[in-house]
Amino acid sequence: MNFTYIILIPLIPLAVFFLLGIFNQKIKPAVSGYIGVAGLLTSGILSFYTAYQYFFVHGKVAGVYQTFVQKTTWMNFTDTLAIDMGVLVDPISVMMLIVVSIISLMVHIYSRGYMKGDEGYTKFFAYLGLFSFSIFGLVLATNLFQIYIFWELVGVSSYLLIGYYYTKPSAVSAAKKAFIVTRFADLGFLIGILIIGYYTGTYDFETLNNPEGSAILNWAATSFMGLSALTWALILIFIGGAGKSAMFPLHIWLPDAMEGPTPVSALIHAATMVVAGVYLVARLFPMYYFIEDGFALNIVAYVGAFSSLFAAIIAITQTDIKRVLAFSTMSQLGYMMLALGVSGYEGHDGLGYMASMFHLFTHAMFKALLFLGAGSVIHAVHSNYLKDMGGLRKYMPITNVTFLIAALSIAGFPLTAGFFSKDEILVAAFEHNKLIYGVGVLVAGLTAFYMFRIYFGIFWGKNTQYKHTPHESPLSMTIPLIILAFLSLFSGFIPFSELVTADRIGFEAHLNYPLAAIAVTVGLIGIGLAWVFYKKENDLSDKFANVFGPFYKWAYHKFYFDEIYMFVTKKILFNGIAGNIAKFDKKIVDGTMEGIGNKTVVVSEKIKGMQSGKVQDYAFAFIAGVVVLAMVFIYLWTN
Amino acid sequence: MNFSNFLIMRHEILLLAITLLLLVGEIFIPKNKKESLVHLAIFLFGIHTAVGFLQLDESTLFGGSFRTNNLINFFKNILNVGVLIILLQSADWLQEKIVNQNRGTEFFILLFSSLLGMYFMISSGDFLMFYIGLELSTLPVAALAAFEVSKRISSESGIKLILSAALASGVSLFGISLLYATSGSIFFEAIIEVITANNLTILGFILFFSGLSFKISLVPFHFWTADVYEGAPISVASYLSVISKGAAVFILMILMFTIFKPLMHVWENMVYVIALATMFIGNLFALRQQNMKRFLAFSSIAQAGFILLGLISGTQLGVATIVYFVLIYIFSNLAAFGVVQAISLKTGKENMNDYNGLYRTNPNLSLVMLLALFSLAGIPPVAGFFGKFFLFTAAASKGYYLLVFLAVVNVTISLYYYLLVIRAMFIRKNENPIPFFKNKIYMRLGLIITVIGILVLGLYSPLYDYIYELSSVLN
Repeated sequence: MNFTYIILIPLIPLAVFFLLGIFNQKIKPAVSGYIGVAGLLTSGILSFYTAYQYFFVHGKVAGVYQTFVQKTTWMNFTDTLAIDMGVLVDPISVMMLIVVSIISLMVHIYSRGYMKGDEGYTKFFAYLGLFSFSIFGLVLATNLFQIYIFWELVGVSSYLLIGYYYTKPSAVSAAKKAFIVTRFADLGFLIGILIIGYYTGTYDFETLNNPEGSAILNWAATSFMGLSALTWALILIFIGGAGKSAMFPLHIWLPDAMEGPTPVSALIHAATMVVAGVYLVARLFPMYYFIEDGFALNIVAYVGAFSSLFAAIIAITQTDIKRVLAFSTMSQLGYMMLALGVSGYEGHDGLGYMASMFHLFTHAMFKALLFLGAGSVIHAVHSNYLKDMGGLRKYMPITNVTFLIAALSIAGFPLTAGFFSKDEILVAAFEHNKLIYGVGVLVAGLTAFYMFRIYFGIFWGKNTQYKHTPHESPLSMTIPLIILAFLSLFSGFIPFSELVTADRIGFEAHLNYPLAAIAVTVGLIGIGLAWVFYKKENDLSDKFANVFGPFYKWAYHKFYFDEIYMFVTKKILFNGIAGNIAKFDKKIVDGTMEGIGNKTVVVSEKIKGMQSGKVQDYAFAFIAGVVVLAMVFIYLWTN
Repeated sequence: MNFSNFLIMRHEILLLAITLLLLVGEIFIPKNKKESLVHLAIFLFGIHTAVGFLQLDESTLFGGSFRTNNLINFFKNILNVGVLIILLQSADWLQEKIVNQNRGTEFFILLFSSLLGMYFMISSGDFLMFYIGLELSTLPVAALAAFEVSKRISSESGIKLILSAALASGVSLFGISLLYATSGSIFFEAIIEVITANNLTILGFILFFSGLSFKISLVPFHFWTADVYEGAPISVASYLSVISKGAAVFILMILMFTIFKPLMHVWENMVYVIALATMFIGNLFALRQQNMKRFLAFSSIAQAGFILLGLISGTQLGVATIVYFVLIYIFSNLAAFGVVQAISLKTGKENMNDYNGLYRTNPNLSLVMLLALFSLAGIPPVAGFFGKFFLFTAAASKGYYLLVFLAVVNVTISLYYYLLVIRAMFIRKNENPIPFFKNKIYMRLGLIITVIGILVLGLYSPLYDYIYELSSVLN
């Protein structure tokens, strides 16, 4: 089975990046848009071809989906421990190829309209190419180190794209914030990687994930502070994943990241990069599950559930539509994490794993659609705030309908894509952990409520008087909306449980009607409340906000997490600790170094006479050197 | 005897043929068309370099006087690539300054003769062949150093080189005769069998070692280096600093890892001391230099000190790291010398102060220099970092932690003076900086090859693995 051509999938966007980056000034903007789209289209076709080949032709041997690895050694540490570079093909990597290539292609097409007339048009597409390369590389990584390298590359491209409007101070600080927070989390990831390398002697996913392999069987061999060393490693790796996937308490960068252009938010901060954390846990799932009876996996479940609820509450109170969507993303990522957290391994037991991947897929579609729809709205009214919108359904019919479809899908309306994936998650949670199930149902209701709050707020509600009459976006923007709306409606019918499972053996998943009924009812209640509050202009919502008073204010200010971080970093870290260290550094470390430096110069000055320029002196030194060496090593230093 | 056996001397025969061809060309080509000989010489040498990469058998000739194997062949290829770059970088100088004196061919003939000597030296199977190779490699370079006859400083450089070299050869030859006295043979194979660590042998070894140390510019046999580099034409200085030094390192390594292996307990201490002295003296002197050629001279002395860290380990790892380091060093140093040469040729300026503000007027040259100096200083991710890092690994693997620590201190000192040049180019302002100029095609090619080398060698790990594999012959 030859999957070598897969390497082209990341390399083509990289080539686009170099092409557009190097000839930035020489390429006409229109052309650069086409180059970007063409590159991604090629990668996309290859991805679909791979998926077809893998899922339906070569992938399955005796009912079990195989892992194909093609790699070359990049760097040797010891005889056994090496860093490889290569591609790994298995169900989740192929699924991610599909997700990334669809969303990235849609965003490329959409950006041709959205970014039109922007000064850095070509640069924008170059960055998109860099990002696509990095995320493809991340998805296809064969080992922990390779994934780490691409992980950081993804972070860099995210940084570049958030700070794309670099003349806006808020965008610059948002970019910095995202980079620093995720880098900080990545420190945990790196330490985790090193621990794994040290104790297991390999970075390869295949070896690490083998349930009969030494990594999993011998986990108990070393313990550290009450847990096995490998559990610590997995927790640290999860910290890295939590940073990228904006899990509590490392979520603070995601809302600010909305400063980037909206297509970027759709691509990176909704559909692809932020799911990297989920993907990482799924990638190492057998380790998470088997080592120490899934201790680390429980942490994943609870962090996911908490983040999910926390973000959903904040989302209700936000007035910037992109921020609502950002918190919604965080909430849904929490959903995926909790699904992984409650999952088992074999057969139907592994429902959570499959549901998580399923939800990752469907969420990518409807969340990207929501963002692109929001972008279309923002494009029309030139504002991010709900107060500047209202009644837009008359002006933007396509955006209205597609946004409604996405909102129904995320709310879990029956037969939409989100309905199926969310149902599987709730079933998995119900079977393993009732508390988490409860949280899941609550979040489902909240999700439906806040999503229809902004839907009604944007397209219905008050009849705002606009300075310029808003109009529907151009075709380049509406076509991706329509395609994604189609996917948001129907991708739920993909038989995921046959294709993507923890133990690679397909099983039959059925709808659990009682649980589905509960979820749907809760969702409908959420939608209904939103209908009552926001469909027509009224002051019901303000009254409720007043009733909840302080709690509403808390949630509106995102529970003051930014302020807490500011206090810790500014007051304690910078002034308290860093200040004193800086003094120590300046006085003692620098002092010593400067002393050595000055002495070096002095010595250098003193010995300059040795180089006299006279060849007889040189000959003397030569002979003297020989004599001294001979004396020392023959008479004095003979062992 | 089968004549096809002579094919293992392919490098030597081909180079000799090219040299003779040029000699004939010198006679028959009319005066006003001599310039074409420069193109011809570079073209022929390019072919020679390419042919060198073909596989060669492992064999010996002349009753063991001449031997070759894949590692030795690889050495020759490294030298070829280096010389090719030097030729490319010096083509403009030859065409502008030398050809009209009707001495262009002379340059090539002398240079190729010297290179031929190095081939024989590296391939030698006994001390006689070694000595002939050594002399053949040194004498033409003295003539080359004095090549710019109109300049007094060039003549001075030539005379200093020939006097010092004569002394070194004499000492070396004395050492060889002592070794012959104790072992009764000049064949390496025979000496390996009988060598023991008695005083006379050790004395012979020390004398021999001193002679070769002269070529590598190890302290205290280094004094000639700066003066000769400063006076000699830049191509010759760069030839001395990379090719001549590289060849001497290779043969020294071969001999120390084979016939002098039984004396290792003696020479490891000696190498330890000399390594430290070389690094410190080289760096301390480099700190003060204003002339770029002298600066690079001392920098190259310090670099030689680092090479000894691989030597001291005495293992296959040591061999591989030395070869790898020398390869990277050739590219890095030739990039630096190439920039100095380009600037010197266009403006005649060779001082560090003249480089102030170079980045504004000549960004490309400044970037090449930046890469070269980063590589020499050992800053990741350029190749020089890996070269040094591996050398340190080799020394540390034998437990020489203090030596590695002091070497790291030296890396820090060297970083300081390399950054001085970078500061001059990128940060310092200048009222009348070196004006913008465009290099001709040969020079540009010469610089591009070095840049590719610096960028690729560090990251392309199969090359290191290949070298490591080759290195097994010395164990």
